[in-house]
Amino acid sequence: MSAFDALAQILGIFAALLAAPLFLGWVNQCRAWLQNKSAPPLTQPYRGIRKLFYKDAVIASNASPLFRLAPYIVFGTMVTAAAIIPSVATRLPFTRAADAIALVGLFATARVFVSLAAMDVGTAFGTLGARREMMIGFLAEPALLMVIFVASLISATTALPQISELLATQSLALYPSLAFTAVAFTMVLLAENARIPVDNPATHLELTMIHEALLLEYSARHLALMEWAAALKLFNYVCIGFALFIPWGLATSQAPFVLTLSLLLLGAKLVLAGAGIALIETVSAKLRVFRAPEFLATAFLFAVLGLLVRLLLGA
Amino acid sequence: MTQALSSPLALCSLLLSAWAVIGFAGLLRPASVAFAGRTLFPLGALCGAALAFVAATSLTAPTEQIVLPIGLPDLPVHLRLDSLSSAFLFLLGAAATGISIFAAGYFRRGEGTPPGLMCLQYHLFLASMGFVLLANDAYGFMLAWETMALSSYFLVTTQHRIPEIRSAGFLYLLIAHVGAIAILLSFGVMQGGTWQFTFDAMRRAQLDPVWAAIAFLLALFGFGAKAGLVPMHVWLPEAHPAAPSPVSALMSGVMLKTALYGMLRVTFDLLGEPAWWWGLILLALGLFTALYGVIFAAAQTDMKRLLAYSSIENMGVIFSGMGLAIVFAGTGMRTAASLALIAVLYHALNHAFMKSLLFLGTGAVLHATGERNLGRLGGLIHRMPWVAWLTLVGALAIAGLPPLNGFVSEWLLLQSFLFASEVPRPFVNMLLPLGAALLVLAAALAGYVMVKFFGVIFLGQPREATLKEAHDAGIVERTGLAWLAVGCVLLGLFPAQVIALLSHVIEPLGFSELAFDDRSWWLLAPLPQRQTSYSPLAFLAVILVVVLLTIVAVRFFYHQRIRRSAPWDCGFGRLNSRMQDTAEGFGQPIRHLFTPFFAMVRELPSPFDAAPRYRVVVSDRIWRGLYLPLGALVRRVANAVAWLQQGRIATYLLYSFITLVSLLALML
Repeated sequence: MSAFDALAQILGIFAALLAAPLFLGWVNQCRAWLQNKSAPPLTQPYRGIRKLFYKDAVIASNASPLFRLAPYIVFGTMVTAAAIIPSVATRLPFTRAADAIALVGLFATARVFVSLAAMDVGTAFGTLGARREMMIGFLAEPALLMVIFVASLISATTALPQISELLATQSLALYPSLAFTAVAFTMVLLAENARIPVDNPATHLELTMIHEALLLEYSARHLALMEWAAALKLFNYVCIGFALFIPWGLATSQAPFVLTLSLLLLGAKLVLAGAGIALIETVSAKLRVFRAPEFLATAFLFAVLGLLVRLLLGA
Repeated sequence: MTQALSSPLALCSLLLSAWAVIGFAGLLRPASVAFAGRTLFPLGALCGAALAFVAATSLTAPTEQIVLPIGLPDLPVHLRLDSLSSAFLFLLGAAATGISIFAAGYFRRGEGTPPGLMCLQYHLFLASMGFVLLANDAYGFMLAWETMALSSYFLVTTQHRIPEIRSAGFLYLLIAHVGAIAILLSFGVMQGGTWQFTFDAMRRAQLDPVWAAIAFLLALFGFGAKAGLVPMHVWLPEAHPAAPSPVSALMSGVMLKTALYGMLRVTFDLLGEPAWWWGLILLALGLFTALYGVIFAAAQTDMKRLLAYSSIENMGVIFSGMGLAIVFAGTGMRTAASLALIAVLYHALNHAFMKSLLFLGTGAVLHATGERNLGRLGGLIHRMPWVAWLTLVGALAIAGLPPLNGFVSEWLLLQSFLFASEVPRPFVNMLLPLGAALLVLAAALAGYVMVKFFGVIFLGQPREATLKEAHDAGIVERTGLAWLAVGCVLLGLFPAQVIALLSHVIEPLGFSELAFDDRSWWLLAPLPQRQTSYSPLAFLAVILVVVLLTIVAVRFFYHQRIRRSAPWDCGFGRLNSRMQDTAEGFGQPIRHLFTPFFAMVRELPSPFDAAPRYRVVVSDRIWRGLYLPLGALVRRVANAVAWLQQGRIATYLLYSFITLVSLLALML
């Protein structure tokens, strides 16, 4: 591991940290345009986070140390995930520390800590949010794993960088199996990131909310870290999607020119993906909580279809 | 003499005998809690640690066997120590150390069995489990197996004045013996006409495929009953909660693993080459058990029952991995089979640590509060921080979260599932990858269960006023918990080293060692050709560094002002602990999603009820559908047979006469 590799790794982490709120801002902006509203500025998430950091933290009197520790742990896991996912380059030193399955485990760790923290104060909303979040989680995980399975059947490895290298070097070969799994992955992405149709990030209506219910007791810097972690999670998921389904342009060497090109391409992909998410959110309606399992079961079936296409037709 | 003592087998047998002696020493002062607690249990813990050490060193040592001239005439006891036995002896020793330390501080004066007697039962239980692992003939194996069942039966019925506990104990004893009969029959088939009941003879016997399959299925029934595979699982959620917590920990953490040991011994050692379709049965049964167990765990309201169902889930996961290994081994995929088998052993080891830890945690809670019902707990992290944080380690581990140990075995198992599409059998190769999805569903549900378990007991507000007086566990109990928690962390952080040791176990069974890159000791990369790797140390390091940097950066750039105030109550101002989600509420999505699994009786109030009641009773469909009819049938047959008992001496003389005449007719 050369010093340059380590530097690239650290720069990558900081890039992800900075890009994540920006991407969230872009999705919000697109959604506002599509809904004929006047859009907030692109930097609105930054402003929100900055404002929260300056505020006094108000903590429930019966909150335990776990409650105060959880935002840091959740933030830490999301940053670690950002270090593992090949968003710009595939040959980074830390990517060997985890494969796609470990990545799923990492997201699960964050989810469990968010849910435990939500149960800590002991309000009705917190526990309600916790159990809904865990429900979405255990439904989404099998679907996500099937998606990863299909990709690793094609490339005979579960390591994300190797998967994307292999898929990127083949001459624009389109796998029908991957098309099915891409649909499945998009559905999982929406569910896991508290987007419509599973959850609505713009509402505090108690009967429907999941993500907001979890964070209801948080304020100031803790809330800022949680919000930032949520933005990072969305960013990470989108980058996993790029690595699996549109890996072209990922830098396979550390040459500055290749890295710059890859960075620019990533920006272009993000712009398109953000518009896509906003479009899906605009044209679909929020589901009742107990319809969410059907939504995720559909995602799972799409992934299984992809698997069968791969195994039966070898495509 | 010194030569004999330096052999690991002799040392292991001596340590196991020492356990038995410690047990009998308890009878010297049967009523003294102090003698048992301060002297005998710590001694037992020392024996356990020594056993774990000896077993760990003998993993690499050559196989040894001895014949002890005890037992019936012409039936001496054969003992054998190979690497498979060593691995399970290590599990027994290491888990028993932590549990015995905890038990030293746990048992109090009070109702039930006197402490000295309990000490005897406890240590005999430990010793018999050890001899199950060492036995090298059917006779010795069954002797140890039955001692294990009986001693644990008496431990389960410690509180024998409570009728429910008596009936739980009876159910346990019944199913244990039905299983034991199946195991005995399996040994009978495996001797293959030689009438030699040593394991060596069984290894030599050449069974034809049909008889081998019968022996396998009998063993599966017998050991499956002990392991709690569905539908033989019904005793487990009754017996494990009934026992005192250290005993529950031993039963869940260690005793269930003896069933796995027996299954591995029979399938891969005694029967030799397993047929691939045996694996399919095991895999289907294991996956169904895993799902069934975890779904019921999520619906429980008693914390120990919840853990018992979670044990069923974990045994299901373990057996499904073993089924996968058999499928791979039977179709000639040795690398994949090795990987699956390593995952099985790893998960068994993990489960021993994490489940013991959780059961002991519930024991500490039970002592502090006197409550087992989740609906009356809550907020204990403030009153019992030690127990809470140590239990959190176990809960996160069993939820399969990196970088703890539960994740490693799950990862290995999923990696071996990836080979499933290469199985050279049509249809099977397409169905098997779906098994991985079921496995992940079970693992993700385990996360749900653990959030419920930990969140409802330790987080939130206390649901009863009495909980405010709860006290943390004593220093001895904390040490026991910490031993197991450290085990969970170490097993999670150093998987490459653990797997290198476990490779010695599978080699004699005819599996290849997994290739390892020795240079990267911090990295788990069992399959170099797949370029797949996982490094828990790097994980932990990065997460810790980020967390610390964030904390420092926040303090440096901003401020650290904190105000405490009442929780947000939406302006109503009457927030109380009864407004929190209950255990039932937390189980509601599961009951809703998996309705077909449950037999539910709902009692809903009508709008005009003066005293409205809402009640829902969730029970096991298999209990109603299978066991109650079976019990009724047995009773009917017994009643019919009871007609013979007329109670008049003339009738009995007539029976004797008829018997004699028919015997004479038969002989002449």
